[in-house]
This record gives sequence, structure tokens and C-alpha cells, in this order.
Amino acid sequence: MSIYFTKEHEWVNVDGGVGTVGISDHAAHELGDITFVELPKIGAVVKQFGVLGSIESVKAASDIFAPVSGKVVKVNDALEISPEVVNESAEADGWMACVEIADVSELQNLMTQDQYNDYLKTL
Amino acid sequence: MSEQLQATPICGRHRALNALMAPFGGWDMPIQYEGIIAEHSWCRTKASLFDICHMGEFLFQGDFEASGLEDVFTFSVKTIPLGRSRYGFLLNEGGGIIDDLIIFRLAEDKVMIVVNAATAPKDFAAIKERLRGGVFTDITADTGKLDIQGPLSRDVLTGLFGEDIATIPYFKFVTMTILGVEAIVSRTGYTGELGYEIFLPAAKVCELWDLLLKDERVKPAGLGARDVLRLEVGYSLYGSDIDEATTPLEAGLEGFVNFNKSFVGKEALLRAKEQGSVRQKVAFEVAGRRSPRHHYEICSGGDVVGSVTSGVFSPMLGRGIGIGFVTPELASVGTPLVISHERVSMEATVCELPFYRGGSVRA
Repeated sequence: MSIYFTKEHEWVNVDGGVGTVGISDHAAHELGDITFVELPKIGAVVKQFGVLGSIESVKAASDIFAPVSGKVVKVNDALEISPEVVNESAEADGWMACVEIADVSELQNLMTQDQYNDYLKTL
Repeated sequence: MSEQLQATPICGRHRALNALMAPFGGWDMPIQYEGIIAEHSWCRTKASLFDICHMGEFLFQGDFEASGLEDVFTFSVKTIPLGRSRYGFLLNEGGGIIDDLIIFRLAEDKVMIVVNAATAPKDFAAIKERLRGGVFTDITADTGKLDIQGPLSRDVLTGLFGEDIATIPYFKFVTMTILGVEAIVSRTGYTGELGYEIFLPAAKVCELWDLLLKDERVKPAGLGARDVLRLEVGYSLYGSDIDEATTPLEAGLEGFVNFNKSFVGKEALLRAKEQGSVRQKVAFEVAGRRSPRHHYEICSGGDVVGSVTSGVFSPMLGRGIGIGFVTPELASVGTPLVISHERVSMEATVCELPFYRGGSVRA
């Protein structure tokens, strides 16, 4: 498994042809108390950097962008009842959706963990 | 607006607690410490301490009628009993709200006027211009204000300062010695919980802050939690829900306007009553956890009919709640509305205020 990040602070953990997607610990911390997560529908086809869903905290509302193109095959619907899980565990239990990756070459447009860590230092 | 932010005496302590700070009304204020929802929940169940030193305080001493003070506000000052406070408005000639404020009757000829931070300079100027006598002073810089709010606030204060506090009724206050100085302890607040606002010399406010936080039932809360708490009980926020372009009539706050006396803005309000409002404040609940937010559009039948002035996710109700202004025919309870912003849209229903009725405010 290997994890990649976007500049908008989403992550995708790639295992075989499927990527599990969420927002980074950094993003969850910046948002503060998360109160609502809008998940995509199973079967939806998303484009890399297109809107995948949205997330709201007491402070702000923002879109979640898809790190990769592909078909949504699974969603973490526990977040609909307990969105605070994203604050507690953004990069594990707070995953949002699994996407069947349409084109692995798109991963080149993303940052590795090290690159993302360096990117955070520039913000 | 490049003016430097002002800092309250507690500012260093907020930073030491690693609070998230942000500008509010020209002041550098704490938005949150451990988190807005945790602080909100603590206030609803225990006791929370808020640094409110940014708010403005004015003193007036003199003859209320001869000086013209009696005609400055939408309510009568001379009929406030000693030891009581009253909420109401300072209006412009057009009936718009210059500020909402509370007046404390300190003595036969003396009141303290407590106003919002951002509006304090214009309030002071507007009041001063209307006065023909008396001594009117801005004591904001020398006055510290801490709010302790929550169902355990009474126990905390009586434990520290004696039983006198236990019997203060809602919207009454006592003047007493705290930490060797004269302080006003008022049974008022902005959370919907049992709570007190404490006014004391600014030089002593850090000492009181430290003392109150030594009690493990007390935790600091920031303006983020304060905003959720006040909206759950339907209190207006000046600058968001009410402003100089809004009358108390439109804002559903006519109860704080006494038409049996004269006040600046009265003629305009009487005209507005005759003509009817073009917009009316509504409270609404969202079906779901999405939060309406300031400036989101309010729609009905595909048309934009107004906009949201305050909105949050209510932890107590588990859904989004908001206040906004719509055309009067859509203001009745039960009316369906759609709150919309970019690609987001939420179904909402007009409801009664307060949203949350379980608070200990009158306990």
C-alpha cells in the first residue's frame, strides 16, 4: 500500500486497483470540530481533482476533491452519523470512499508522504 | 480599518493556553481553546469562563430626564429599579439599530451602559450628542468583564465569594467586594444558561480569571462556543442579525421597545408599523447536519426571498439552525424554505425561538 496526497489535503491509499480516500490529519485539525460529511454515491464516477463530496465543521464548509479518477465502490457511511470520527482519525477510521482507480498514471500528479510533509511546512 | 487590534488584559493567558486567536470587533480575541463543541458542551453542563473585556462600558451620572438620557434608548431608564438591568436599543433617526445594550441602574442618578465592542465608539458619540447635561464617561479601558456561565456557575461563585450571590434573580445584580475591589456581579449572560457577568477594575481581572480557573468545574470558552450557545437560544448578534439598516420591528424585538415614551427613532418605527415591514426575521431548522451560514440565500418556490444572518450546527439539536430575513408572508412557523449556497442546498422549516429550551438560565 502507498499513500499519496493532494495540495487540497486529501489522501489516497492505493491497494491493488482501489484507492481509499480521505482528508489529512492536517486538514481535519484546521477545520476544527467536524459536524457533517457529504459522501459520494456508490457507483458515481469521479474525476481527478473534481468534487467528491463535502465536509463541514463549526467554522467552515469545504469541498472534498477526488485524488484520482474512477468509480466509487464503497463509502464510509458511519460518518453520516458520527462525522467527529474524521477529527479523531482522519487518515484511518475517518476514510470517506473507495475509488476503483481508472488511470494509475494520475498518481504522478500527487505528493508522496515526504513531499506532503515538506509542503505542509511551506503553508 | 488598518487600526491595530486591541488586546484584553487576559490576552497573554489565552496565548499560553494555546487558544486560536482572531480579530473580533477590533480586538484580538480567543475563538477556541480545546474545541468549539467541547467548550459548548462544558458550558451547557458545568461552568465556562469567557473573557469579555472587549465590550464597552459607559457611566452616566446626572438627572435622567433633564439631561435627555431618558429619551436616548427604546426603553425607560428612570423606571429601572435600583440593582436591576434592562436590555434594549439605541436607534438612529430611521429606526435602525445603532446597538443593542444593557443598562444597569447603579444609583438614583447613576447608570452603567454596556455595549458591543465594535460599536462602542459610535455608541458613545451618538449618546453624547443626545445629552444636554450630566457626566458621561467611557470606562471601557479601566473595566474588566468576565462571564461565568453554566449550571454550576452559582455554586462556583458562592463558594468563592459568599452566599449573597446565590439569591441574585435573573437580570438583577449586586455590588460587592471581590479580591479587595468593588465589583458588579450581574445575573445576565449570552448563553441561555444560569450565569453571571462580573465587572471589576481591569487591573484585577487577571487575578479573578486565575482564581476562577483553579476550580476544576470551570474551563475557559472562546467566542466560537459563545456564538453557538447564543444562537441555540435565539439571541441576536449585532453586526450579523441586527444593524443600522434593521429595525427592532423587522428583527422581532419589538418587546424591547416602549412606545409609551419618546425616543430617537420612534417616529420612523411608527411609520414602519403603519406601512408594514418588507422583511421579517425568521428562525429555521435544517433537515440534517449541514450548517446554514451567514450570507447563504434563503429560497422559496425557486426564488431568492432573503438571506441567512446567523447559522450553525446545533450540538444540542443535532442539526443545522439559523436566523435570517425573508418577506413577511414566509415568516410563519412551519413554512418550508430552502437554504442555498453554490452547489449546496438544504431543506429548512421556519420554527419558533428559542431553538433550545433546556437551558438553566432561569434556574
